Amino acid sequence: MNDVNTKTPQATLKSCWSCKGPTPVAALFCQTCKAVQAPAAVTHFVRLGVEQSFDVDVAGLGRLYFDLQRQLHPDRFATKAPKERALSQQQATALNDAYETLKDPLKRADYLVHILGVNVLPEGCNLVRDQSILIEAMEMREKLAMADTMDALNAIQRETKAEIDDVLTGLSLAFRGDDIEGACQLTTRLKYLDKMMGEVRQGRARLL
Amino acid sequence: MAQILQIHEPGQSPVPHQEDAELAVGIDLGTTNSVVAISSEGKIEVLKDDDGQALVPSIVAYAPDGSAIVGELAKRLLLSRPDSVVSSIKRLMGRGAEDVRSLGGQLPFDIEPQHEGESQLVRLNIGGHTLTPIEISADILRALKDRAEGHLGAKVEKAVITVPAYFDDAQRSATKDGARLAGLEVLRLVNEPTAAALAYGLDKGAEGLFAVFDLGGGTFDVSLLRMQKGVFQVLATGGDAALGGDDFDHAIAEHFLTERQADLGETGLSGGEVKVALMTGRLAKECLSTEDSGEWVLTVDDHQTKHRLDRATFEGLIKPYVDRTIKICHEVLTEAGFDPLDVKGVVLVGGSTRVPSVRKAVASYFGSEPLADIDPDQVVAVGAALQAEALTVGSDTLLLDVTPLSLGLETMGGLVEKVIPRNTPIPVAKAQEFTTFQDGQTAMAIHVVQGEREMVDQNRSLARFTLKGIPPMAAGAAHIRVTFQVDADGLLTVTAGEETSAIEAQVEVKPSYGLSEDEMSTMLYDSMKNAKDDMELRLLAEARVEAERAMLAVRSALQADCSLLSVEEREDIGGQMDKVIVAIKGTDRDAINTAAEDLDNATRVFAEKRMDKGIRDALTGVSMDKLETTIGDGESA
Repeated sequence: MNDVNTKTPQATLKSCWSCKGPTPVAALFCQTCKAVQAPAAVTHFVRLGVEQSFDVDVAGLGRLYFDLQRQLHPDRFATKAPKERALSQQQATALNDAYETLKDPLKRADYLVHILGVNVLPEGCNLVRDQSILIEAMEMREKLAMADTMDALNAIQRETKAEIDDVLTGLSLAFRGDDIEGACQLTTRLKYLDKMMGEVRQGRARLL
Repeated sequence: MAQILQIHEPGQSPVPHQEDAELAVGIDLGTTNSVVAISSEGKIEVLKDDDGQALVPSIVAYAPDGSAIVGELAKRLLLSRPDSVVSSIKRLMGRGAEDVRSLGGQLPFDIEPQHEGESQLVRLNIGGHTLTPIEISADILRALKDRAEGHLGAKVEKAVITVPAYFDDAQRSATKDGARLAGLEVLRLVNEPTAAALAYGLDKGAEGLFAVFDLGGGTFDVSLLRMQKGVFQVLATGGDAALGGDDFDHAIAEHFLTERQADLGETGLSGGEVKVALMTGRLAKECLSTEDSGEWVLTVDDHQTKHRLDRATFEGLIKPYVDRTIKICHEVLTEAGFDPLDVKGVVLVGGSTRVPSVRKAVASYFGSEPLADIDPDQVVAVGAALQAEALTVGSDTLLLDVTPLSLGLETMGGLVEKVIPRNTPIPVAKAQEFTTFQDGQTAMAIHVVQGEREMVDQNRSLARFTLKGIPPMAAGAAHIRVTFQVDADGLLTVTAGEETSAIEAQVEVKPSYGLSEDEMSTMLYDSMKNAKDDMELRLLAEARVEAERAMLAVRSALQADCSLLSVEEREDIGGQMDKVIVAIKGTDRDAINTAAEDLDNATRVFAEKRMDKGIRDALTGVSMDKLETTIGDGESA
């Protein structure tokens, strides 16, 4: 019974800004007076109510996000007191941040590595440890520079798309196997491939 | 004391003066025409004048005494007194005099030179009066407000106003300032294509991926939205804030004026000639949308010239503009990762979509006939009215919009560092860290820009400010954190601070091309005899909302935990609540605020007791859990 205080009620309860009564720290609305609360300091996964994992069901994530925005968006508070409007804006901002991060595989991987490996690899995924990634990126770039027809660009796009799919499968395995180092390298590769797709799109726009 | 709880159930307390609060209109403040509409219980009415006209021409004539005449009458004065009449003012919103000169073409505006100490905001000379685009827009908004009040027989003080999706921060701020001058509180600025989508989604039940093609008098927007089950999610938006039907008029006018100069051997053109040519250009455009050809006469200074134009020539003249709209559609789709065939339907908005070659181009690009079931001139106001109702009465509809243009900061070498990329869902907040580049540097200039280009001078400058008081440190040691925050109206606030010293500067980004607070107050004072009363009324309304909020909170707390109080404590709180109720009914703002503060003080002990109880309850819960786990562990061991 000595360590009852490891999870102190003070850490799970806070005082509501409006009615001043106790309410859970992560509550969106005060349990007593229903006033909207400031966003809690939680991960994007907790904020949207999904399990922390690389394998996110994006359609399901969208539904959770819409349901939360329906309750918290500033449009619901347009005629409320300034403080409530400000808090709703903070909540909606936090939701947008969470959804934008988790719905995109690259941002999700980047974020997961960051929260998982924060003590192991503080530099995140920006460090290229693998020479082969750099060489691959340079080769792709050369190919892109030579591509001057739509067909050539489409071929590069297909190739890049296939590689992205491979990397995503690899990422899923790496995260499930707690292979943070591996996930980190794959994330770095995904960044290059993503940039490549962007450049292919720009190249197509130029040819049109 | 029993009466305290009987007064109202939590959440059901009537807001005082609710009748007023619910009257919110939707306004489409257009370049050529403006429209006001109201929605009540889902029934939408576009408000018309005595002649049955819904469209109010966005044209203002100024009488010698400075009073404004708005709409059809002003339009009629355009030919006889061109110097006292102003049209297409929306094109100048949030613009500086230099921008306006660089907008190109023959603009029918007489620009005043900028005086020392004034903001860069453009000022026009109209019939001897110096006016900003904000004031002129305010006159149009006032006319719309009058129309609504006449229809409803009640005061209208709240509105949802639409702006082109591609409007930048300065243009949005200017619109909001105009509304404030006109005595309207803007509940929300809604993007025009989003409003149109709302009208189609709610009224026609459209679902799926839709594009909204909005070609108005002076602005072009295209937005890509996913509509499903009451959610309107904008995926991407693009456009040109200076491309519209006006350009078609200009193209024809220039064609006619070139012919006229050849005929008469003139060289210089008078402002009057340009206005008359533009007016004729517009007539020719409208005529050629249904006819194959026609002949027009330009009469200025007793010189008459005749001009023939057929549809093929007209379409040739406007082709560069139409091509540009399609190119922008393509860019928006590509960036969002879609193909024209993925789009389930294209909604047409704006009077300029009546031009047949525009419709043809849209149909050919998207591969389907565009939708125009709701009048393209009224659909935006209808959507704005629906949103005004949703914001005041409440609704399940959700509008999720994006930033149209990237927001960034100037860095070394005149480069732009993007902080918030375009098409980011709003509201959004993003921070970027910078550092000092000289030893002992104590200040840092911060230049906020908007646009997609890499160099600062190719983008739009929104504001400059200086963060001062940085403690002297070695170069690179300071941590300057600049935070950009965009609200649901698409308006930007920038804050900057030094992390280690906690100094902070905050700017609401409007100075470059907006009105300063001083200019605003003067204009408010000048434009409304009772400007002060108006401000006072607004503050009073705010005090009431805040006091109501406090009352609701206390009522909920009493209902949950009233057993924690002694009889005296309950009576004390009850007495304070009665005082707040009385104060809210009155019109003394200070009395309301004081009563609310007293109530806050009277409930302080109550709040402490509630927190204590909450923690006690939670402790009990934790102990029980702990106990159970201990027992469980013991059994399994």
